Parts: sequence; structure tokens; C-alpha cells
Amino acid sequence: MKTLWTKLYDWIDERVELGGLIEFMGKKYVPVNRHSVWYYFGGVSLFLFIIQVVTGILLLLYYKSGEQLAFESIQFIMSKVQFGWLIRSIHSWTANLFILTAMIHMFSVYFEKSYRKPREVTWVTGMLMLFLALGFGFSGYLLPWNELAFFATKVGTDIAGAVPIVGKPIMVFLRGGEDVTGATLSRFFGFHIAVLPGLFTVLLGIHLLMVQRQGMSEPMERGDQPAAERQRMPFFPNFLLRDLLLWLIVLNLLAILAVFFPWELGKKADAFASAPAGIKPEWYFLFMFQTLKYIPGKILFVDGEVLGILLFGLAGLLWMLVPFWDWKSSRGERNRFVNYVGIFVIFYIIILTVIGWIV
Amino acid sequence: MMSDAGDSGQQENRRDFLKIALGGGLVAWLAAVLYPIFAYLNPPKQAEVEVTSVKAGKVSAFEKESGTIVRFGNKPVVLIRNAAGDFRAFLATCTHLDCTVQYRKDMGLIWCACHNGRYDLNGRNVAGPPPRPLDEYRVVIQGEEIFISKKA
Repeated sequence: MKTLWTKLYDWIDERVELGGLIEFMGKKYVPVNRHSVWYYFGGVSLFLFIIQVVTGILLLLYYKSGEQLAFESIQFIMSKVQFGWLIRSIHSWTANLFILTAMIHMFSVYFEKSYRKPREVTWVTGMLMLFLALGFGFSGYLLPWNELAFFATKVGTDIAGAVPIVGKPIMVFLRGGEDVTGATLSRFFGFHIAVLPGLFTVLLGIHLLMVQRQGMSEPMERGDQPAAERQRMPFFPNFLLRDLLLWLIVLNLLAILAVFFPWELGKKADAFASAPAGIKPEWYFLFMFQTLKYIPGKILFVDGEVLGILLFGLAGLLWMLVPFWDWKSSRGERNRFVNYVGIFVIFYIIILTVIGWIV
Repeated sequence: MMSDAGDSGQQENRRDFLKIALGGGLVAWLAAVLYPIFAYLNPPKQAEVEVTSVKAGKVSAFEKESGTIVRFGNKPVVLIRNAAGDFRAFLATCTHLDCTVQYRKDMGLIWCACHNGRYDLNGRNVAGPPPRPLDEYRVVIQGEEIFISKKA
């Protein structure tokens, strides 16, 4: 007598042929080595993304877009809706942790040179997702329509507008007009809940599919070791259970942060108020913000900020294209230059972020 | 032989013609689809009442060494009263990255909190990243009332 479960399994198997998939998953292994700890950051980022989708949908049930409604609706969520403060705080904290873990994930992949052939597509989709994550952060930041967000959006979109030729139309497109108004809020809301999630999901699908097809990258120095001597662990259930345990820890950490350090709402945006002293962008934009402070207004005939944007844009592009200019790593040779660039970038980001934080 | 060569030449001509006709049709079709979308993305110009002059208030309402943000249509204007009691008005939008500036009594300057841009009380950019001076507005005092208007 078959149990209900086997009947159900057989019913599905006959139709979608689960056998192959299960065999594939049973053969999936994760390399074990002294760098294994970094393998977990991709999974944690994925978990945080899932939390953002769930809490984001919950916030949508009460959030209202619009100059006269946005700030008030968040006030309502935080003061009237049961556990509204918790959901909103978790959404804000997770956004920040997500960018942090995605950056750690990105730097670990960079220093391990895991982007090398044949994993270029995985790297590029990952970088695009990181840029989208910054877009999520920037657009989501405006949605409460508070003072800090208002000026952050003015500055951010004005920077985009400083780019030669294409800048101005992009700025008008982002703002929904010449100035940051309710029209900007409507557009950012649309980007935040429809455009960006759609793009992100497609990229995430490709990214995860590539990881499944190719398996985890092994450290470069183990390239010449025979496969039989390499340590590894089965993905099911050994690695997955470790993953889930870490996810549980991260969820607890989020709960602690959200309860003991609830996210502030601040003052409602006012187009006729001065920018408040001590205004700062979110920490992940701080190093760029701080750099802009140091670039003089005019360098030769070029506006300082234009130079800054073009330099950051170029740096980001080169960073994303690293698998295509680091031929050495793809051939299995050491490339110290890539390490020096990476160390410089990390120090640059950390030092300018710290300066931006304390000044 | 001759007619064969002529045939294939004619066929190639026909193929080229089809390529151009279909390719051109595809481009035209794409343009017909994309043009309305891009046009839709571009926000329409809102009809705004052109503000040329606003009443800022009475002279006695503004202390010496103070700065106040005044609505000028949909733009913020900072009205400064200096130590001598004279009034000056500037568009309060920082020429650097669009933040709204403020008067700082302790510095005796106009200051932008976003990137530490500084202007003197004549609106000239004196320190930090601003590339240009603030746009100046005209202040006219009629009796007790202060009027701010755009410079011609």
C-alpha cells in the first residue's frame, strides 16, 4: 500500500520527471577548504533578498504613495498597525545588511578570482544585481518622503544630471520633471516595487542557474590537485543545513536590530526648508559623497562633480569587467595586480566612509 | 550559361530587395512601438503661474544677522538681513547639487549642509564645491513692506 506522499510524488514525477533533478541535487558537492566560509555570503544575501520581498509586500498593504500621503502612511504603519514598526524596521535594516553581505560576497569572489573563466557571466550578473541593489536603496530611501530623503534624492538625481549630454534627460526622467516633487515619489515607487524587482529576479535566476550548473569555484592554488584528493561535502543535506542555521542566526540578528534600534522616520520633507546640518547619505554611498566634498568646483574647464561621476562610473565599469581584462587568472596564473587594485579599493571605501561618518 | 548567371544575379537582387524591405519594415515597426513609450516617459510641462514678485513681510519681522527661506513660486529664496540692516535675496538652491542653503550667523556666511559649500553674503561662492555664485534676486522696500523680485 503506497502512502499518500509517495502517491503524490509519483503523480508529479510522471508529469515533470523529478528523477533527473533529484539525481542532480544528490550529486551536488561543495568544496571544503580554508576559504569555505566565504561561500556562505551569497546564500545569506539571497535570504536577505527573500526577506525584502516578503516585508516589502507587507508594507505595500498600508503604504500610500504621494506627497500628502507617503509620510503619513508610514507614520500610520509605525504607530497604528500591529507590528508595523517591526516590519518597517526589518525592511530598513535588511536593506542595509543586504548591501553589506552582497559587498562581502563580491569582494570574496574578487580576491578568490572566482570570476575567472568560465564564470564571467555569474560575476557580471552579480555586479549588475549589486548596482540594482544600490538602486533599490536609493529609490526606497525616498518613499517615506522625509527631509533627509528629499535632499538625498535632489543631490543624487542632480549628480546624474551633471553627466554630459545624456545627463539632463536622465535627470528629468528620474524626477518626473525639473524638480524633486510628488512626481518623483511616484516614479521612485514604481521603480522600487516593479521595475527593479523584475530586473533583479531575472538576473538572480541566471546567477543561481549558473552556480548550479558550474558548482562552486575552487581556490586557484588547488587547480593542479587531483580531484580525488580535494575535500568536499554534499550540498544535501550537509551544506544546506549549515546555510539554514546561518539564516536563522541572521534572522535573529535582524530581530534584535529592529527591536533595539528601530529605524527613524525623521521630519516630513519640506521643499521650503534648508538642508539640515549633518545631512549624510546612507553609509554605502558615503565614500562617494565624501569624495565629492574634496573635488573642487572646477578642474580646468570641467565641473568637479562631472569629473567625480565619470571617474566613479569608469571605476565601476572596469571593476565589473575584471574577468575580461584579468587574462592571467583565467589561465591559472597568479595576478598580484588584481589583488593590489582590490586592496586599494577596500581601503579607499573604508577610509572615506569612516571620514564621512565622523566629520 | 549566360542566362544562369543572369538568373542568380536577378535572384540576389530580389533577395537584397526583400532584405531591405523587411529590415526597413522592422526598424519602422520598432520606431512606431518605441516612440510613444519614450514620449510617454517624458513628463509634460505643467502650466505654472509665472511669479515675478512676492511680498516677504515687514522689515521689523526680520532681525539683523538673520536668514529666512521665502517661497518664490515653487522656488525657495533666502532673504538675508546683514549686520548693517540691509536686505539681500538669493535663490536658495545651491549651485553645486541642488540642496537648499541656509544663513549661518556663527560663520557670517550662507552655507550648504550637503557638501559644505560656502557663499559670502553677496552670494559669491567662497569655499567648498559650488561652481557658481547664487542667483541674486532684487529686494525692494516700500514703506515697511519687503518685496522680492527676479532681476531682469
